[in-house]
Amino acid sequence: MTTMTMAKALNEGLRRAMEKNKKVLIMGEDVGKLGGVFRITDGLQKDFGEDRVIDAPLAESAIVGTAVGLAIRGYRTVCEIQFDGFVYPAFDQIVSQVAKLHKRSDGVYTMGLVIRIPFQGGIGAIEHHSESPEAYFAQTAGLRVVSCSTPNDAYWMIQQSIEHDDPIIFCEPKSRYWEKGDVDLESPPQGLFEAAVRREGTDVTVIGYGSSVKTMLRAADTAAVEGTSLEIIDARSIAPLDLDTMARSLEKTGRLVVVQEAPHMASIGSEIVAELSERCFYSLRAPGLRVSGYHVPYPPSRIEEEYRPSVDRILDAVDRVMGAES
Amino acid sequence: MIGEELVQLLTPEGERIAHSDYESTLGSDEIFGLYRDMVIIRRLCNESTSLQRQGQLALWAPIQGQEAAQIGAGRALAPMDFTFPTYREHGIAWCRGVPPKDMLRLFRATSNGGWDPQKYRHSVPTVVLGNQALNAVGYAMGVQRDGAEEAVMAFFGDGASSQGDVLESFVWAASFNTPTVFFCQNNQWGISTPMSIQSKIPLYHRAHGFGFPGIRVDGNDVLAVYEVTKRALESARVGGGPTLIEAYTYRLGAHTTSDDPTRYRIDAEVEVWKHRDPIERVKSLLVREYHVKAAKFDDVTVEADALALELREDVLAMDRPDPITMFDHAYAAPHPLVDEGRREMMELGVSAGAHS
Repeated sequence: MTTMTMAKALNEGLRRAMEKNKKVLIMGEDVGKLGGVFRITDGLQKDFGEDRVIDAPLAESAIVGTAVGLAIRGYRTVCEIQFDGFVYPAFDQIVSQVAKLHKRSDGVYTMGLVIRIPFQGGIGAIEHHSESPEAYFAQTAGLRVVSCSTPNDAYWMIQQSIEHDDPIIFCEPKSRYWEKGDVDLESPPQGLFEAAVRREGTDVTVIGYGSSVKTMLRAADTAAVEGTSLEIIDARSIAPLDLDTMARSLEKTGRLVVVQEAPHMASIGSEIVAELSERCFYSLRAPGLRVSGYHVPYPPSRIEEEYRPSVDRILDAVDRVMGAES
Repeated sequence: MIGEELVQLLTPEGERIAHSDYESTLGSDEIFGLYRDMVIIRRLCNESTSLQRQGQLALWAPIQGQEAAQIGAGRALAPMDFTFPTYREHGIAWCRGVPPKDMLRLFRATSNGGWDPQKYRHSVPTVVLGNQALNAVGYAMGVQRDGAEEAVMAFFGDGASSQGDVLESFVWAASFNTPTVFFCQNNQWGISTPMSIQSKIPLYHRAHGFGFPGIRVDGNDVLAVYEVTKRALESARVGGGPTLIEAYTYRLGAHTTSDDPTRYRIDAEVEVWKHRDPIERVKSLLVREYHVKAAKFDDVTVEADALALELREDVLAMDRPDPITMFDHAYAAPHPLVDEGRREMMELGVSAGAHS
């Protein structure tokens, strides 16, 4: 067990994946000498060469579109999209080719590629640098979407994603890049598509992913002081969802709050509430609630903390599901 | 209409014409082989149009007029080269050995692909305009990393030449010097959109701006297409980088069987291009220069008719797939939502034959 930041854990995970498999490549804007704008790929080009850590011209559709061709040729490319708001030029390639070529080729092509996207807000950035586009990808059959919330998960999930034969959208909570945590370099904590119970509780199941998980844990601390016990679940996999783990918790608590930075319309949170309502209907003691970003373009970052789900807003939802029966 | 920089080795009348950089390297048997390919693919294409009109295909994208562009390029390819087609590359598919019936699975709406792309080294069709150009460049980047002497060909048309993906693929190919040959069939029309809206300069000039050679070839001259493509592929295989070939041709038929070209272009234009027919051109050469007898041409017609009949029978025998197969290969690894859907369909008792 060692301690490192999430950024370093991702870097180490990428390094280990590249050491294990010579077909693993990294491609993105500024990923070489600079090490990426967040330094996630720091030092990798120096150690693995320009053929394996490719500084791309600035065109996201091409970063993904050429990774598709590389996948057909047997390479596994980790594409770095510099910021969430810049992934949209690649949307066509992701939806039309990445997601569909395995099917179109009757299983002949393996679309083993990973698209890393630093997502969510909280870093005081300008527009297009703080978005939560995960639902766009989750709705596309053929893709999988995951998100890490701890350095240990970052280290292991990036390796598991690279090894996986399906294309994976890998959402990294950029506001947590510099927070440290324990990393077990020996063995992975669990499967890539399994949710994790981060804190056990009895009154309310609170589910989220990415940067929201830490906010949820803080909310659980505060709630505990007030005498309410929250069970905190990190979804980890956004598509598919580990509904079994979530349902087990909800059967116990009977109350559900889902937290996400994306607006709630047609969101991951909506899907979790719908699925769990169907599965756990007779255990529910209150309607499931979503704590989300508002249905507005991501605001100027001076007011982003009023947009992002906060401890207060989570606790307000907790109060509502707790009060629904009284 | 046709610029002077057009590479042409045969006039529309089938007479040889000298070019400063290119000369035909093919003998009579090989030229006759190209003729045979073109006759067969036109016949199969006509049969497919008929099948669509008879309700047996959902759609068909004809290639009449573009046979020389496709057969010339297709026969210039080496076995280990890899090709990325659109939905109209039937002539290329033929040259790569894809069985004609497999070309029609997409249009019979029984598959989104139709053949094993690794077996024929011919990728599955790309319907979204221009996507495949980037995929081809990526594949070529893999070829570079493997140290292989293989070329990769990306096919697209004048319409897709306006797509960002095609232009991005030019940037990538130039920057990384990839072994890619971009083969643009300029058939003058993107459904109803004329070339004059797509580009203010000849398309092949664009390559120069991206830093690699572009060349315009008479797309109705199979000998010229063959030589130009062959040289571009050879250059790509040995590190010479990308080339853009603009095969200047004409779509004699409709965009697809859903299109009505009489709404946007005049008959006189079509008539002009009918006189440049790629098959008649090479047939004239074969008669004049090689004294090929009528019986030999007739044999090809008979062979093409037989293949068309076989295609018809194959297509008519092509049943709708078992609906449960929609769950196959959606993902490489098991997925709970796919499993759930499959289970639900099985419980409903849906089978291949039952539909309303």
